[in-house]
Amino acid sequence: MMEQLNHQSRRDRFGSKINRDHSPILMFVVPWLSIMLGSLTPLLPIIAPAPILPPMGYLLLLSWRMLRPGSLPLWAGFPLGMFDDMFSGQPLGSGILLFSLTLIALDLLELRFPWRRFWQNWIIAALFMFAYLVVAALVSGARIELLHLTLLVPQLLLSLTMFPILMALANFLDWVRLLRVWRTS
Amino acid sequence: MPPPAGQRSGSNKRAELSLFAGYVLAGLGAALGALLLILSLWRPETLYGLRSMITDMASPIGHAGAASRVESRGFFEAIAGYYDAGSKNAELLREMQIARVGLAETRALEQENIRLRAVLGMARDDVRPVAIARLIGSTSSSARRIAYLGAGRSDGVSAGMPVTSPMGLVGRVLEAGSASSRVLLLTDSESIVPVRRATDDVVAFAEGRADGSLRLRLINLGVNPLKVGDVFVTSGAGGMFRPGIAVAMVTELTDDGAIGQLLSNPAATDVVIVEPIWQKPAVQMLEVIESEIPGSIDASEEAAEPAVSADSRQQDPAPTASPSNAPVEAAAE
Repeated sequence: MMEQLNHQSRRDRFGSKINRDHSPILMFVVPWLSIMLGSLTPLLPIIAPAPILPPMGYLLLLSWRMLRPGSLPLWAGFPLGMFDDMFSGQPLGSGILLFSLTLIALDLLELRFPWRRFWQNWIIAALFMFAYLVVAALVSGARIELLHLTLLVPQLLLSLTMFPILMALANFLDWVRLLRVWRTS
Repeated sequence: MPPPAGQRSGSNKRAELSLFAGYVLAGLGAALGALLLILSLWRPETLYGLRSMITDMASPIGHAGAASRVESRGFFEAIAGYYDAGSKNAELLREMQIARVGLAETRALEQENIRLRAVLGMARDDVRPVAIARLIGSTSSSARRIAYLGAGRSDGVSAGMPVTSPMGLVGRVLEAGSASSRVLLLTDSESIVPVRRATDDVVAFAEGRADGSLRLRLINLGVNPLKVGDVFVTSGAGGMFRPGIAVAMVTELTDDGAIGQLLSNPAATDVVIVEPIWQKPAVQMLEVIESEIPGSIDASEEAAEPAVSADSRQQDPAPTASPSNAPVEAAAE
């Protein structure tokens, strides 16, 4: 009866609701896997003479956490940061520390400002990215001069422009994550 | 976005506990990260094994990427080659004529070189490459300049070996995994290479700057003898790099030396050569001395230290090593 009136009544944007449910594997794996793939950017065949590329793993972590606060547990900073450290060239521990602190800070921020718009998300993300890049450069073990800090500017700007794109990517991946593919028994 | 229902529950004891446990775990993670960070800044070599193991596992991805980079470039070059074939042909002919003259001069120099070597009673020591491999990636978002190399211990690569390309020095191996290794590029701010001007014996240190250029710091201060366009090669001091590998060209003069442009841009090289450490016993001996004198070596500088301290302590190896090899390099040029 209902289907005759409205074809979409048994469907939502993740697919048919009849005999299909979200896959627990996809729901769990997609955010983790996408952030880990982001952390693998140093293995792209780009031999950069200066730090140029935005820290993709960290940006994806930020976008996931802002888009879907429940998709990552609070302790995810440790494993994800460790994986990032394996490839980023930073000394082991800097990623763990920064990722963990970011997740805690975002959680506290969420408590204070539960309702946010895109612009607010972007500004918050910009502050986090700035802090991340500066602290990561300070603890990288490289000798820091004024030149270093000026080099961070293009990287920060690129990260800033990259963030909405990554937010859209996380949004798409979230749709993939919640696709109804599982047979309900 | 509002918090998901049930995340902030005042009445649900279980939800509250799990929330608290989450904070505790995350805090522990952060603390552990801080500890690891201090450890890896203080003793960088302790955590190398784990990292090189993981890099080994992920290196196939980089291999595929590096191969596609080289292939795609070859493909576009092949297409571009069809366009200006005529003018290129003429240009090549002219270049070949110049090269012929150059070759004749080189032959003469080679002869002279052999004669001089015979006079000195020296045998020519050919450097046999340890491995030939591709750079499969680099830390493109970190302040450190480290590249990943697609060869490791199984190919004979070990820490400290110089990495060169046909255009010049690229860096040196920082840590070697079984199938991949990490290369400290010359532009990393921790990298210091003893160099000298190719034409004479003006010695300097080439330090990495983070933006892709090198700072050439002269050892003998005074009137700055450098000119824009001077080419610097490794001096061989310290025993790590063999003398005569091209390093940088001066682009800008400063008070204590110059800013140099890297001659072998790692971004433009697809295949690099890993060479053995030039004077291994000397380097090992220096490392032993370093480890016996506490406080003489900064823990954060892994392999740069022996090369530098060797030169700053005993100035004589540089001049003795370089003149004997100067003719070789002239022949090579």
